[in-house]
Amino acid sequence: MADIAVHESVTSHDDHGPAAHGSITGISNNKLAMWLFLGSECLLFGGLISTYMLYRGRHGSGVGPAQLFDIPLTSVSSFVLLMSSLTMVLAVNAAKRKDDRNTNLWLAVTGLLGALFVGAQVYEFTAFYHEGVGFTTSLFSSSFFTLTGFHGVHVSIGVIMLLAMVAIISRNKVAGDKAEAVEMIGLYWHFVDVVWVVIFTLVYLIPA
Amino acid sequence: MALIASPTPTQSLGVFRRPVAATGWRSWVFTVDHKKIGIMYGVVAMFFFLVGGCEALLIRLQLAAPDNTVLSAGLYNEMFTMHATTMVFLFVMPMAAAFANYFLPLQVGARDVAFPRLNALSFWLFLFGGVFLNTSWFLGGAADGGWFMYSPNSSRLFSPSHGIDFWVLGLQIIGIASLVSSINLIVTVLNMRAPGMKLMNMPVFTWMVLVVQFLLLFALPVITVALFLLSFQRNFGAAFFDVDKGADPLLWQHLFWIFGHPEVYIIILPSFGIISEVLPTFARKPLFGYKFVVFSGAAIGFVGWGVWAHHMFASGLGPVSVAVFSVATMLIAIPTGVKICNWTLTLWGGKLWFSTAMMFAIGVIVLFTIGGLSGVTHAVAPADTQQTDTYHIVGHFHYVIVGGAVMGLFAGFYYWWPKVFGKLLNERLGKWNFWLMFFGVNLTFAPMHILGMQGQPRRMVVWPEKLTGEGFFNLQFWNQIATVGSFLIASGVFMFLVNVVVTAKKAEKAPLDPWDARTLEWMTASPPKEHNFDTIPTVHSLDEFFHRKYEEVDTDKGPRLVKVRSAEEVLAAEEAKADAHIHLPSPSYWPIVLAFGLPVIAYGVIYNLLLSVVGAAILLLGIFGWVLEPSVAEDSDYDPPTGESETKELSSVG
Repeated sequence: MADIAVHESVTSHDDHGPAAHGSITGISNNKLAMWLFLGSECLLFGGLISTYMLYRGRHGSGVGPAQLFDIPLTSVSSFVLLMSSLTMVLAVNAAKRKDDRNTNLWLAVTGLLGALFVGAQVYEFTAFYHEGVGFTTSLFSSSFFTLTGFHGVHVSIGVIMLLAMVAIISRNKVAGDKAEAVEMIGLYWHFVDVVWVVIFTLVYLIPA
Repeated sequence: MALIASPTPTQSLGVFRRPVAATGWRSWVFTVDHKKIGIMYGVVAMFFFLVGGCEALLIRLQLAAPDNTVLSAGLYNEMFTMHATTMVFLFVMPMAAAFANYFLPLQVGARDVAFPRLNALSFWLFLFGGVFLNTSWFLGGAADGGWFMYSPNSSRLFSPSHGIDFWVLGLQIIGIASLVSSINLIVTVLNMRAPGMKLMNMPVFTWMVLVVQFLLLFALPVITVALFLLSFQRNFGAAFFDVDKGADPLLWQHLFWIFGHPEVYIIILPSFGIISEVLPTFARKPLFGYKFVVFSGAAIGFVGWGVWAHHMFASGLGPVSVAVFSVATMLIAIPTGVKICNWTLTLWGGKLWFSTAMMFAIGVIVLFTIGGLSGVTHAVAPADTQQTDTYHIVGHFHYVIVGGAVMGLFAGFYYWWPKVFGKLLNERLGKWNFWLMFFGVNLTFAPMHILGMQGQPRRMVVWPEKLTGEGFFNLQFWNQIATVGSFLIASGVFMFLVNVVVTAKKAEKAPLDPWDARTLEWMTASPPKEHNFDTIPTVHSLDEFFHRKYEEVDTDKGPRLVKVRSAEEVLAAEEAKADAHIHLPSPSYWPIVLAFGLPVIAYGVIYNLLLSVVGAAILLLGIFGWVLEPSVAEDSDYDPPTGESETKELSSVG
């Protein structure tokens, strides 16, 4: 979903819309749409987090969160993801200065950090699986993998968007406002990061 | 990135020429025009209405006689599940979307929605999702868990066919359609109103649609989560609703109804909006208490989030929850009651014109009040506990949905038909349509209250003769009355279809302003030109079109509103200052390509994940094609107002 909304924004020409009679809210159509989409996403993660909070103690005699989580590893990967927000800000800043070279550089670095996070998650999931906690093992494991998996998919879509944006910018194929296109991906990226802060706190840090 | 295209604006992906057809099937399939998309939404929703109606008639036939065998028990389960699902998700919601798509840009004075290609995407997702859902009939049976699909009854153990998988994935696709269009319409209303149109100058229909889009925006992700959990359980063995492993059956109920109750207002508010346009027009008075109607609509939108658990009173929530949700449910009746008062007072002292549209609107007030009153009694938890899962509930919500929402949509058909197709629907057939439906609704759904109080359970496949009882509370008598009523409704709908055909065949064009209407959508040709308005109107007041026709003139009896200009004159004045160089969004292949990927993925989830990979590839192709295509092809610059011969008008499909 995210990619659809963003890509519309990337290409949406303002000829038929706001340019005709100005945007009333002062926020461009594209950005307003992104904010609305992210508002909707809050409820999506709200539902998933509620499900996890309900089920996190329900693992029968099997392995529970306390024995399973490797807090140092996840802390490092969380730090990597949070730093990617910083590089995203640098990318947006460069795009606003119309500095294509640095925009691409920071977009690529952001994508790389995101990919690193996803990689850590894949490693973590594999390790859990080998410890006997699979997707179908218990209510706890199903809801854990679903919640963090959904977040991982969001990060992965973000990485695809970032790298696609690098390719599109370097071939100069951006239709519409380049800085805004980058900023839209930025909004999405920061949102995904903020959600991770909530998930990391609720799932990993606060004991069940 | 081999996909990256040359920048030639008339091509997409550097391979295909952009679609440019203005006539023929291509002009519909690749269109991004909100009016064409609105009409397509309407046609498809009407088709699903007939499908859902046939399912309803089969249900009523099965219940028309004791120990009946029209449907087997299994098929009966599929029938009522698909009847509800079809009517809610494939008829009422998309038909409201049809009206919203067509009239919302016109009512706010815009030339299209904010994201025309996303609009087309919404339609194709809805169509493909609906077709996907209904293919389950031919692939081993449809979903059979009831429209709210309670767990654990929805697990593989109790429903081994693929029906529920189709249901889950189909609703997921339709949900994406609604989510995309909710974002699109909110941005359109908030950002693209004509100059001078403040929020409190917007027509009530636009207001109600705006509230509905916010409800959709925040309710859909919740059902999305529920559907994901269910499909992960059914298709990938997750444990969410596995009671053996300690699952909580209430999880599904909460997730479903947090979506499901706002959904009730998603269904009803568009109809409220429509009749708030129809009543003032035909009472020849402004809407009584416009601000109250608008704020009540918004209040319903807010309070609608705090009443979901009244669907779950029988599940043992505990006294505090029950009390809170009881009170909230009683509270939400207040804004609804305010609206009913406002509509009634709009009629009070008006010069009433009993057109078919007006009769349907008054029908909504009457039937919705009955349904609303019986609904408010369910806020009393002890009484509700007795009525839960009986025909009493079935009677209640059909009064609200058929009497309130569907009749409102029919008011919209008769009111706006001349706007969309340039011809007036036949009023005589319209009256038949109205009275058959009005009596039909009462005959079908009023007896259900009695049946319910007598204890006939909802979703019961057969009632045995020895349990019919005697006298006034005889099950057989009231079931048969209900069945007769359902056929009356069907004949009313048939009258409508006849009317559409008769109207399409007649040559006579509708006058420009047949109802002496009040709002902006009438301030353009009928059907509207492709670019909607020759010049974007500047708005000075609520009911702008009315105030351009009427002005206050001092007479010997004091100041009076007198018609000083005809609609034709208002329109001619607008045409005289027509804009040059109107850019309209260009047609595109990508919405339909992208939308096609999703049902392929969904079939893959059910049958073979390799197919999902193919679907994902189609999806990705669609997305990249979309991104690399400028939304306006620069070479095909429309200049309709200056060259009259170039003015393209929609042909009637009615």
